[in-house]
Amino acid sequence: MAGVMSKSPWIVHMNCNSCNGCDIELLACLTPLYDAERLGVINIGTPKQADIMVITGSVNSKSIDVVLNTYNQMPEPKAVVAVGACACSGGIFHDCYNVLGGADKIIPVDVYVPGCCPKPETIMEGIAQAAGILDKKREDMKRK
Amino acid sequence: MSTTEIIVRILLVLIVAPIVGCFFAGVDRKLSAKLQGRIGPRLRQPWYDFRKLMSKENLVVNKYQNLYILFYIIFIIVSLIMLFLEMDLLMIIFVYTIANVALILAAMSTGSPYSRIGASREAISMLAYEPILVFYIVGMYMLTGSFKISQLNGANAPLILYLPLVFISMLFIMSIKFKKSPFDFSSSHHAHQELVKGMFTDFSGPTMGIIEFAHWYEYVFLSGLMFIFWKQNFIMGTILSLFTFFFVIIVDNITARLSWEWMLKVTWTVIVGLSVVNILFLYLNNVKLV
Repeated sequence: MAGVMSKSPWIVHMNCNSCNGCDIELLACLTPLYDAERLGVINIGTPKQADIMVITGSVNSKSIDVVLNTYNQMPEPKAVVAVGACACSGGIFHDCYNVLGGADKIIPVDVYVPGCCPKPETIMEGIAQAAGILDKKREDMKRK
Repeated sequence: MSTTEIIVRILLVLIVAPIVGCFFAGVDRKLSAKLQGRIGPRLRQPWYDFRKLMSKENLVVNKYQNLYILFYIIFIIVSLIMLFLEMDLLMIIFVYTIANVALILAAMSTGSPYSRIGASREAISMLAYEPILVFYIVGMYMLTGSFKISQLNGANAPLILYLPLVFISMLFIMSIKFKKSPFDFSSSHHAHQELVKGMFTDFSGPTMGIIEFAHWYEYVFLSGLMFIFWKQNFIMGTILSLFTFFFVIIVDNITARLSWEWMLKVTWTVIVGLSVVNILFLYLNNVKLV
């Protein structure tokens, strides 16, 4: 990993009606066993200081406003990682009457981490890829 | 002090102090990670964070918040310069207080309920630590007959010898000042959040970067306050500063967060009591160092 942005990707965790499986795996990334902080990853509470939004759960009609509000509060450049089958495509809930079928229906998703639920190693790889995308977005911002 | 020495010391503050502060912040995170059984980030991680924050978009809720943050960093730097130029300690504490008040006002001006609660808690913690700083200054005045730090150069014994209880009180309030556990309730450190991010909830991008930068100066300033306890000997003074720093980190990792009521109760009874006993001893025995 190189560049200004990718050396300290701070994440904000957004739970859209997840069953908590993915959330537990995401928090496992921060525990001593996996220790995401060695890559500079910090789970930050406020979206205003975050670079990457990690979204879990089947996004539904009720959570549209909350997701958009949180996403718009993040300063540019920003990236979104959809963690778990539900956030990627709706998962087993995809044909529910209220489920939209994936987080990418309302916000642009950069990295998809599939699995039900994905392993912490996979989530960390997704975050690392999103950090690389942040660097590219930063370059694009400079050019503008 | 000659003009060249003054210029050298000011440059030392402007250039070397943030590097030392950044190093402190890196050691803090690395050591905390080791104590928690993790590998931890790189030593330069605070610098990477700062660089990233400076290259992000600046989202502003209230246009005055940036002005207050500017006041915060300016007054922190001014108080550190005054400390390095060995000026009036009472005045230095006043200037330092202005910086902290500016930070509280900045947090208040953003209007988010989280930063408001954080700001009011920070104001309460000021209520807890200000008396100890004043007792420290009073003790120094009683021993040297002057508020000037330069007066200590001629003292025949270090301050810590006659102000041991004030030193313990200062160690206690350093946990409050470094915003560490058990008193990290005004602005939560990462990984244990209570008020989202406390005072700094609504700061983003470069403004947050400047706050981090000011924190590095503040680390050096607080270490400088502890250095004065053994100012005659550079090595012993540095040992005292480093001891304080590592003490604060270890206490941070072995304690849980307490409520502000607890902090106020303990500081205004036990800690103020310790300082008063120390000052009373000096008064009754009429000890003079100069």
